This record gives sequence, structure tokens and C-alpha cells, in this order.
Amino acid sequence: MHIIVCIKQVPDSAQIRVHPVTNTIMRQGVPTIINPYDLFALEAALALRDRFGGTVTVLTMGPPSAEDSLRKALTFGIDRAVLLTDRFFAGADTLATTYALAAAIRKIGETFGAPDIVFTGKQTIDGDTAQVGPGIAKRLGLLQLTYVAKINTLDLEAGTIEAERRSEGGVQVLQTRLPCLVTMLEASNEIRRGGMADALRAARAEIVKWSAQDAGVADIAKCGLRGSPTIVKRVFAPPPRAEKATMVDIAGQPPADALIAHIFQRAPKLEAELAALARGY
Amino acid sequence: TKKELPEHFKSYRHVWVFVEQERGQVHPVSWELMGAGRKLADKLKVDLAAVVIGPQGEVSRQAAAEAFCYGADLAYVVADDLLADYRNEAYTKALTDIVNTFKPEILLLGATTLGRDLAGSVATTLLTGLTADCTELDVDPDGSLAATRPTFGGSLLCTIYTLNYRPQMATVRPRVMPMPERVARDPGRIVTHPLGLVEDDIVTKIRAFLPDRDSAKSNLAYADVVVAGGLGLGSPENFQLVRQLAAVLGADYGCSRPLVQKGWVTSDRQIGQTGKTIRPKLYIAAGISGAIQHRVGVDGADLIVAINTDKNAPIFDFAHVGIVTDAIRFLPALTEAFRARLSPHSRDRIAS
Ligand SMILES: Cc1cc2nc3c(=O)[nH]c(=O)nc-3n(C[C@H](O)[C@H](O)[C@H](O)COP(=O)(O)OP(=O)(O)OC[C@H]3O[C@@H](n4cnc5c(N)ncnc54)[C@H](O)[C@@H]3O)c2cc1C
Ligand SMILES: Cc1cc2nc3c(=O)[nH]c(=O)nc-3n(C[C@H](O)[C@H](O)[C@H](O)COP(=O)(O)OP(=O)(O)OC[C@H]3O[C@@H](n4cnc5c(N)ncnc54)[C@H](O)[C@@H]3O)c2cc1C
Repeated sequence: MHIIVCIKQVPDSAQIRVHPVTNTIMRQGVPTIINPYDLFALEAALALRDRFGGTVTVLTMGPPSAEDSLRKALTFGIDRAVLLTDRFFAGADTLATTYALAAAIRKIGETFGAPDIVFTGKQTIDGDTAQVGPGIAKRLGLLQLTYVAKINTLDLEAGTIEAERRSEGGVQVLQTRLPCLVTMLEASNEIRRGGMADALRAARAEIVKWSAQDAGVADIAKCGLRGSPTIVKRVFAPPPRAEKATMVDIAGQPPADALIAHIFQRAPKLEAELAALARGY
Repeated sequence: TKKELPEHFKSYRHVWVFVEQERGQVHPVSWELMGAGRKLADKLKVDLAAVVIGPQGEVSRQAAAEAFCYGADLAYVVADDLLADYRNEAYTKALTDIVNTFKPEILLLGATTLGRDLAGSVATTLLTGLTADCTELDVDPDGSLAATRPTFGGSLLCTIYTLNYRPQMATVRPRVMPMPERVARDPGRIVTHPLGLVEDDIVTKIRAFLPDRDSAKSNLAYADVVVAGGLGLGSPENFQLVRQLAAVLGADYGCSRPLVQKGWVTSDRQIGQTGKTIRPKLYIAAGISGAIQHRVGVDGADLIVAINTDKNAPIFDFAHVGIVTDAIRFLPALTEAFRARLSPHSRDRIAS
């Protein structure tokens, strides 16, 4: 069995800073991590390998420094890491991203064996669109299972998979055919700690590095900024409310009473409604 | 930059809203989007259409009829029993086919699990742009859709365009747009379209559906009063103070994202861009700084009250009433004061 896991390197959100004058995001010096949602996909893939054997290939598209994320993924015990990096990919929206990733997945299939499952995370913590998984599936003609909380059964002989998919009002139990694309839900498992051998191997492992041409990308014009139908035109700070917040004076009467008075003065009908709500308890 | 729209896109006109139904229920986000779509259509002087995809019979008929009460000028309906439950393959085909046949310029979907699953497939099939989780939709003087969403990191928003492709697609999360008023109206024009699939064409099969237990659902998104706490509370024990105030007010409680990440509160209680969007009559935020990702989840509240020790906290830029004080000491006093004020005894006093 061959499983491909797509991961994205993202800035560690807790440490991101905005330039106080230019209002732009300061990426320099911000530590990067594997998109946290992708760890659930990684663990799901490794757990399947434990049960069924085979190999796990991890793929990321990003700048050369995204190699760090692949080295990290290697410490969890994956078999192979592929870095898709090329200046033509810069500025890609999700449509251009899936074009490049789909090409690389095809190439991985040709080079290392066709995948049975392609995993992605549910979404990233930076772009946060959740569009890349379904996009890859469509481009490769794979069936898709999104928001998967649990893989119930995998039958390699019959080429089928059954999984539990989160939907609005409950859980759908779906069965579909392999190969397919699965986006894993958060908290669906816990990433393992790799062993000592994995850590040693991670430091030395050869990472497969592909340019657009290496990956067999057919049309450079469909990559990066040029290949992106969406255009970010304006970045701006949200306007404060026209009217400033009324600040409650904490010096005079008990501040709690003062605050409540302010609330009911602004929303006179609220008191009766709150009394009614409170009676419900 | 905007070029002359390619010839084959020039016939794309009108605004469409995908009406999401699951198990016979229309998701309220569809009507919220209908309100937003109505404004766009009026500005563009075009029609607003509802797109209903579902099983044959009453359920889909009813959903289409309702759409007119929320402002639709017409409805496209693909009704087939193969569409009774959501499956990506069949829904993607249905929606892609009617887009290619009737050519809308704007297509809006709810950013639910169903909507996100479907929108990504449809946009990729149509090779067009899709802007996720918008908090504001507008059209520019030149008629382009301006879709605004929070950007990563700082307290910033960005406006995204799909200038040279059609349709311009966007998703919006539930409760981000206000619910328009329902006005009873007779159904208008309904255009039906065939699905063109048989069951054997659809590979994915639904083995079972396990509905959530009612007790497992929080009503946070639809609550009239919400009390929430943030990192300023300092410990999971202090978060009890939020729950106690909520109990006295008959309110739901929520939190900022770091509390979920620390495991203090479960993820269904998170308010903000990657959590729930709320539109209560009263929102009380204690020890929350007011980052943009939090703000976009609460901007629709009628009255925002912020309790924070830092008078320069960004939350005071969008709160209506603020108090600069230590929430850990203040919340118990506020809970007691509300309890006294709202008790039946004190109401009798007001009445007399
Ligand atoms: C603030 C901001 C807003 C944006 N808004 C939009 C928008 O509305 N529409 C749009 O089309 N683009 C948008 N983009 C661009 C988008 O973020 C990029 O295209 C990005 O490369 C992929 O999208 P994502 O981060 O949303 O991934 P998601 O779709 O959220 O990611 C889902 C999964 O796909 C996999 N994946 C994603 N990226 C990669 C990668 N580079 N390599 C390997 N696997 C990957 C991961 O497994 C991930 O968990 C935005 C970017 C930013 C910074
Ligand atoms: C892609 C992305 C998505 C995100 N999605 C969300 C989301 O959905 N929801 C969300 O909330 N966040 C989200 N965030 C995180 C967001 O950017 C902020 O980091 C987060 O909202 C901050 O939480 P906080 O206000 O509780 O903590 P802090 O920012 O640390 O603020 C704590 C506040 O408490 C005050 N304080 C300290 N002590 C006291 C006291 N004793 N009494 C009163 N006040 C006190 C401080 O002055 C400060 O203002 C997201 C971030 C990213 C990058």
C-alpha cells in the first residue's frame, strides 16, 4: 500500500507580529511549524501502514525552507519526503496550488508507485480555506471523503474504504472506492513520538526536491500568481466603531451595578427578557 | 488586474445562492446568504436565484417555495431521489451542470461542512476563484464581487476579487450575515433541471447516519445572550466564573481560541473565525483582547460589553460598553449584582 500525505509549513501563529507602521505581516524570524491539522493526517497514514504495511510519502509545496517540515515529518517515521519548490509557484491561490500538487502526486505515483490514499489536513491555520483537499481530488479524479473522524475499514483486496464523516447534524458513514482523498478531522488521533532510529534517519535522509519541470507540471501559466483566479487587492485594518465604547467609571457606585445600569440603559427591553431567561434556570 | 472579461464569460449574469438542505432541513445560513445576495443583486440590477438540490417531492418543493419568502426572484431546482442525502459526486454534478447551463456571475454557498466540501469541488471543476469564509460581500462600481475576509496573523482584513473568471464564488459562515425578515410570498418562476445520473454512476454509498445527541449540541451560535472568557482569566478554574455568570443570565458561554488550544474548554465553545459566529442581543467578553479573528465572530452582536485590565485592548475599539478592571475579581460581583437585579423579588419591586 502507498499513502501520500500533503502537509503545509505555516508560521507559528502564536508568534506572528504585525509591523506597527506598515501594517504588514512580519514573516521574517517567525518560527514555522507543520500545519497542526496535518498531524492528524500524518498519524492516520502511519496507523494504516502499521496495520497494512506499505509506505508513506509526505509531500509539501513551499519555499526551500519548507524542508524543515519534511525533516520533522521524517522523525515520525515516514518513508519518503518530497519537496515541490519553484519560484513559479509563488503567490498561488488554492486553484493554482492544487494544480501543482496534483502534478506532483501524479509524478510520485509514476516514480514510487500509485497511491491508494492521499491524505490532507482539514484546513490550514494561515490560509484556512479547506479548499485544497477537494481541489486535489477533483484534479486527480479521486473520490473524496472530507472531515473524516475515523476510518472504519480498509479492504485493499476489494479496493474499498469505509469512514465516518462529520456532517452538520451528525456523522455520515460512507463507503467508497480506492484510490481516494481523505481530509482528516482534528482530534481524530494523536501523533506518535518517533523512535531514536527515525530521528537519526531524519537528519540524514535524502529529501526528493522537485522543480515544476521535475514534477512534470505541464503549464507554468497555471501555477503561482499567474495561475490564480483570485486576486488580493486590498489589505486593511478593520475600522473602529464610529462611536467609542462607553467606559464604566469604577470609582463611584459599585462597578457591577454601574455596568448593569449601562447595559439596561442601552438595551431597555433586555431586562425583562433576561429575567425571563434567568427564570428558565 | 482587470482585463476585458473574456468573451465566453460575458453572458454570465445574476446572483445565485445555494440552498443547503440536509435530511429535510434547510440550513439557516442559506437564508442569511439570500439576504446578502439580495443586496448584491439589487446593486447589480440583476436577479437573485435560489439553487435547490435535493430529493424529489415535498422537501425540495418546500425549500424552493421558502426561498421566495427570503427574497429570491426565481429558483433552479435539481430534484432526484439520488440527492436525498449529501454525496459529493452527485451534488457536484448537479451544481456544475446548472452553472454551465444557466451561467451565474456570482455563486454563494454556506461555509458548512457540506458547503465547503461542495464549493471546493465545484470551483475546481469550473476552474474559477473561490473566496473562503467571507465576512463582507459587496460589488464595486465596475460590477466585480469584492469579498472580504480576515487575513492571517494581524488585526487585518483583505478584499479578494475573481476578476477574470466566472462565476465569482464565495462561502460565508453561518451567522456572519444577518437573517433577513421572512415575507410570505407566492412562489415565482421555478426552473427544473435533471440530474442525469443513476445510482450505479455514484460510487460512494451511505452506510448509515448517526445523528448527534441533542445534549451534545451547544446552541451558542443562536443564543440571545453569550458570556465568554479569554486568556486574561488565567486558569481553567477561573473560567468557572464565566459559566456562573452565564447560568444566572440563562446565557450560553464561549471562549477565545487559546482556551481551546490549552484544553480548558471544548472546541464547540470557541467563538471567532475558526469557531462559532454569534449574533446575540448581549455579549459579555471577559479577559479577551479582541483580535480580528475573535472580532469577526462577534461583530453581529447588538451590544458588546468588554471587561479587560488593559484600557488599550483592541476589544474596546468595537465594544459598546467597556470596563477596565480585573475580571477575576469583577465577575463574581457582576454575577451577584445580576442575580439580585433579576430575581423575581426585585422585579416585584420594580413593578410596584
Ligand atoms: C490570508 C489569506 C487568505 C487567503 N484566502 C484565499 C481564498 O479565499 N481563496 C483562495 O483560493 N486562496 C486563498 N489564499 C491562498 C491560499 O492560502 C493558498 O493557496 C495556500 O497555498 C493553500 O490554501 P490554504 O492554506 O487555505 O489550505 P487549505 O485548503 O486550508 O489546506 C487543506 C490541506 O491541504 C494541504 N495543503 C495545503 N497547502 C499545501 C501545500 N502548499 N503543500 C502541501 N499540502 C498543502 C494540507 O494538508 C492542508 O491541511 C489565502 C491566503 C492567505 C494568506
Ligand atoms: C488563522 C487564525 C484563526 C484564529 N481563529 C480564532 C478564533 O476563531 N477565535 C479566537 O478567539 N481567536 C482566534 N485566533 C487567535 C487570535 O488571533 C488571538 O490570538 C486570540 O483571540 C487571543 O485570545 P485572548 O484574547 O483570549 O488572549 P490574549 O490576546 O492573550 O488576551 C488576553 C486579554 O486579557 C486581558 N487580561 C489579562 N488579565 C486580565 C484580568 N485579570 N482581567 C481582565 N482582563 C485581563 C489582557 O489585557 C488581554 O487583553 C485565530 C488566529 C489565527 C491565526
